[in-house]
Amino acid sequence: MIRSEASVPATVAQTRRGFWHRRSRRINTLPFHLMIVPALILTLIFKYGPMFGLVIAFQDFVPIRGITGSEWVGFENFRFAWNFPDTMEVIANTLYISSGKIVFGLIAPIVTALLLNELRLKIVKSGVQTIIYLPHFLSWVILGGILIDLLSPSQGVIGRGMAALGFEPIYFLGDNTWFPWVLITSHVWKEFGFSTIIYLAALTSIDPTLYEAAMVDGANRWRQTWNVTLPGIRPIIVLVTTLSLGSILDAGFEQVLVLYSPQVYESGDIIDTLVYRMGLIDAQYSIATAIGLFKSVVAFILISTAYWAAYRFAQYRIF
Amino acid sequence: MRYQEHWSRTLFMVSTYTLLIVLALLCLFPLVHVLAVSFSSPSAASSGQVVLWPIDATLGAYEYALGRPQFIDAFTVSLKRVVLGTVVNMVLTILVAYPLSKSSTAFPARTWYVWFFVLTMLFSGGLIPLYMVVREMQMLDSIWALVLPTALPVFNVVLLLNFFRNIPVELEEAAIIDGASHWRILWEIYLPLSKPAIATLTLFVVVFHWNSWFDGLIFMNSPANYPLQSYLQTLVQQDLFMYSTSDPRLLEQVSNRTLRAAQIFLAALPILALYPFLQRYFVKGVVLGSVKG
Repeated sequence: MIRSEASVPATVAQTRRGFWHRRSRRINTLPFHLMIVPALILTLIFKYGPMFGLVIAFQDFVPIRGITGSEWVGFENFRFAWNFPDTMEVIANTLYISSGKIVFGLIAPIVTALLLNELRLKIVKSGVQTIIYLPHFLSWVILGGILIDLLSPSQGVIGRGMAALGFEPIYFLGDNTWFPWVLITSHVWKEFGFSTIIYLAALTSIDPTLYEAAMVDGANRWRQTWNVTLPGIRPIIVLVTTLSLGSILDAGFEQVLVLYSPQVYESGDIIDTLVYRMGLIDAQYSIATAIGLFKSVVAFILISTAYWAAYRFAQYRIF
Repeated sequence: MRYQEHWSRTLFMVSTYTLLIVLALLCLFPLVHVLAVSFSSPSAASSGQVVLWPIDATLGAYEYALGRPQFIDAFTVSLKRVVLGTVVNMVLTILVAYPLSKSSTAFPARTWYVWFFVLTMLFSGGLIPLYMVVREMQMLDSIWALVLPTALPVFNVVLLLNFFRNIPVELEEAAIIDGASHWRILWEIYLPLSKPAIATLTLFVVVFHWNSWFDGLIFMNSPANYPLQSYLQTLVQQDLFMYSTSDPRLLEQVSNRTLRAAQIFLAALPILALYPFLQRYFVKGVVLGSVKG
């Protein structure tokens, strides 16, 4: 993952003045350390601090006693969380919602990018692009607010439309069958446009002579798409899929928090929202932290594996 | 060399254009709808006549929203947060990206620092321990609680350091021979040459801070300290809320629904205003991210 340095050839001058070079280099790195120090301190406090705070998952944490005064209980909290009836349901919900998002969040932008690539009228192409990128930049509070309004069975435009067509309006946000699909659809709606960027960039890098060769061989458009275009963007598809598998435990905390209500906990409650309610609303710090720690550990394994696989198979590296 | 146009090809092109235009309209529709609702009279809004155009147009909802002290307070908190957060994020990003863009020969501790920061991308202490740290630091209800926990966006550091690496080393070597310090090299060579990258990251960070709401919800005990989006979240989640107004004229021009729509739109407005720039730069940003040295 760490970028290996391009070989730095030792020049004649360097070898000759080796001593001075080493010395001056040592002095020269001081500004580097100084530049990093503020970020280092803040990262220690706000990123590594909470990691040490995770010890309360192994305690019966009582805020007034603090971490040092609270009783140690070993894996008791994990055992409790594991036997807690909601836990399995919440894990199942999380996996269901996030796999739906991964699958449709992958297909929709690829199809859109392929279609956009076919457009020849520049004004339509860039107009469509401008519009479909927009939802990505709006927060879930704004989009959630709009969605709640649209989907309200009595006042919302969708409920009204269904009623006008003679259907019984569905309360999408209050129905356990529909709710996960509202989450998946609205997520895909928000992100599909933005996700096309990376595929469009990959499409422009396909060698045009490949298409000419395919045409000479008598391949029609569909065959060209299948045999030239898709293989051309396969590395990027593999990369995006791998990286998204790393975050399969993130089913979209902010989105769910804005859209859900107690009547859809059964189908829409996810790990993050459970941790939030248990920890910050019911003040069961230790159990909530234990569930959070479980999620962090699994996520760490998944993300590291994803990055490793992305590096191994697609030569992608973050540094 | 032109591909021969079959009727099937024409049909395909027509349906492609139609499909994509419909998709684009689907992305736009919710926003236009909420805008239309916000400008409509309460009776038109609640009777469901409003679709894309305001009916019995009124500015009542906006007058009421902008006259609410809570809205103005929340707006001010958000502005402060965006300014402070962006400055902190960008200064730290630049200061970290510069040394980390050096080779590990020139800066042996680099590898150590890289792992130190990258680890925070892979593993996190989670919500409850972070909340406890912020509380221990006595920062609840302070604007710093919204700025310092996310002070260093590591991913942006990665993008910027990759950009820095494409700057020719000769420039730096020449400056060193002239006796310039690294602070000066960063300030006078790297920053001017990285303006597009820095503009892109600044826009990202501005949008991030404007859109964040969950941290405001948990770190601010008093709703008076909520940034706009946190305040909006509490509004959005209340399906019915009672507001008291002694002005009967206003009641005819405002309802929960139109008021909420107006505030949603006002909160989206800064993003819409930035959007032309965002659109110009963010494609570069995504490409920036995929170009590795």
